[in-house]
Amino acid sequence: MAKIIVVTSGKGGVGKTTTSAAISSGIAMRGHKTVVIDFDIGLRNLDIIMNCERRVVYDFVNVINGEANLRQALIKDKRAENLYILPASQTRDKDALTVEGVERILNELAADGFEYIICDSPAGIEHGAFMAMYFADMAIVVANPEVSSVRDSDRILGILQSKSRRAENGERVEECLLLTRYNPERVAKGEMLGVQDVEEILATKLLGVIPESETVLKASNQGIPVIHDIESPAGQAYSDAVSRLLGEEVEHRFMSVEQKGLFKRLFRRSA
Amino acid sequence: MSIFDYFRSAKKDTASIAKERLQIIVAHERNQRNKPDYLPKLQQELLEVIRKYVDVDQDQVEVQLDNNGNCSVLELNITLPDRV
Ligand SMILES: Nc1ncnc2c1ncn2[C@@H]1O[C@H](COP(=O)(O)OP(=O)(O)OP(=O)(O)O)[C@@H](O)[C@H]1O
Ligand SMILES: [Mg+2]
Repeated sequence: MAKIIVVTSGKGGVGKTTTSAAISSGIAMRGHKTVVIDFDIGLRNLDIIMNCERRVVYDFVNVINGEANLRQALIKDKRAENLYILPASQTRDKDALTVEGVERILNELAADGFEYIICDSPAGIEHGAFMAMYFADMAIVVANPEVSSVRDSDRILGILQSKSRRAENGERVEECLLLTRYNPERVAKGEMLGVQDVEEILATKLLGVIPESETVLKASNQGIPVIHDIESPAGQAYSDAVSRLLGEEVEHRFMSVEQKGLFKRLFRRSA
Repeated sequence: MSIFDYFRSAKKDTASIAKERLQIIVAHERNQRNKPDYLPKLQQELLEVIRKYVDVDQDQVEVQLDNNGNCSVLELNITLPDRV
């Protein structure tokens, strides 16, 4: 049985694509056959973050329309053994995604032995975002510690629990929060919402905190998902998040200014 | 409120302000979200019935649905005009 995970946020530019690339790479590197699908029709970006933009021949919409089969459209990642990318189309209109079409592709992927299907959602709460979340078993809600992002996250959580297929069947979508672009220095100065604040407001299980890091831009410049940068705090934080996603208990890191100081011990909490 | 409290609240950091604002807006929006679709129409029809007897404005009739565990309470608040 494949597990379908949507990476969503409501607000744009908070780090969904960065997260989808990192998390899918991380899961694949742990030995699970994984596919990451770009649902941002018309604005594809996952391909360039994963350095496969020159290998795109067919896309998601081509497969839905029967113009290509999955085997032709899936791009095998050059870094992670078990990872495949299904790119979004660049030109078609976004209504090309239909519930039936998306369902058929997801079923085919599951039948093909994919264990994890990661759906990189576009921003907003329109058709594309809805399609990305509709079939999800689990949602990673990406938020930045900032008022509009947190508010939008709450809206997305509401939509997930009312409009998704699971919700329609009276079940819950498993949801978790990934707080990205976190700056512990600014939190300490009272200039930025802290993890506890956001957790308290959204009342959602914390998957991880990804610090604001220069290495994220460096990684995207080169088309290497940041999780491959094992020296980088962001890479390590994503790696921890993958462990938690796979059921391991890993303590949260990168949440305070000093890694080993008293500060950390004071603020450490089991989330 | 002492003068010290005043200075303390005046110096409240921006993250605390953000948190307070978010708590209020999120609570409000969650409340809106759980409202059944028929509520606006119900409010309109109630208003029409009331108007047969009393002259009230739209904003003088407030309909609110609150969920308490497994039962919901429909609260109707009508502000009647001043008696003359
Ligand atoms: N932890 C981080 N530290 C620093 N920069 C980051 C971090 N996470 C994301 N960014 C930067 O934020 C920008 C937006 O990221 P990304 O494209 O992943 O967001 P998105 O949510 O997918 O956007 P969209 O809504 O447009 O699809 C990028 O420039 C990325 O490099
Ligand atoms: Mg994106």
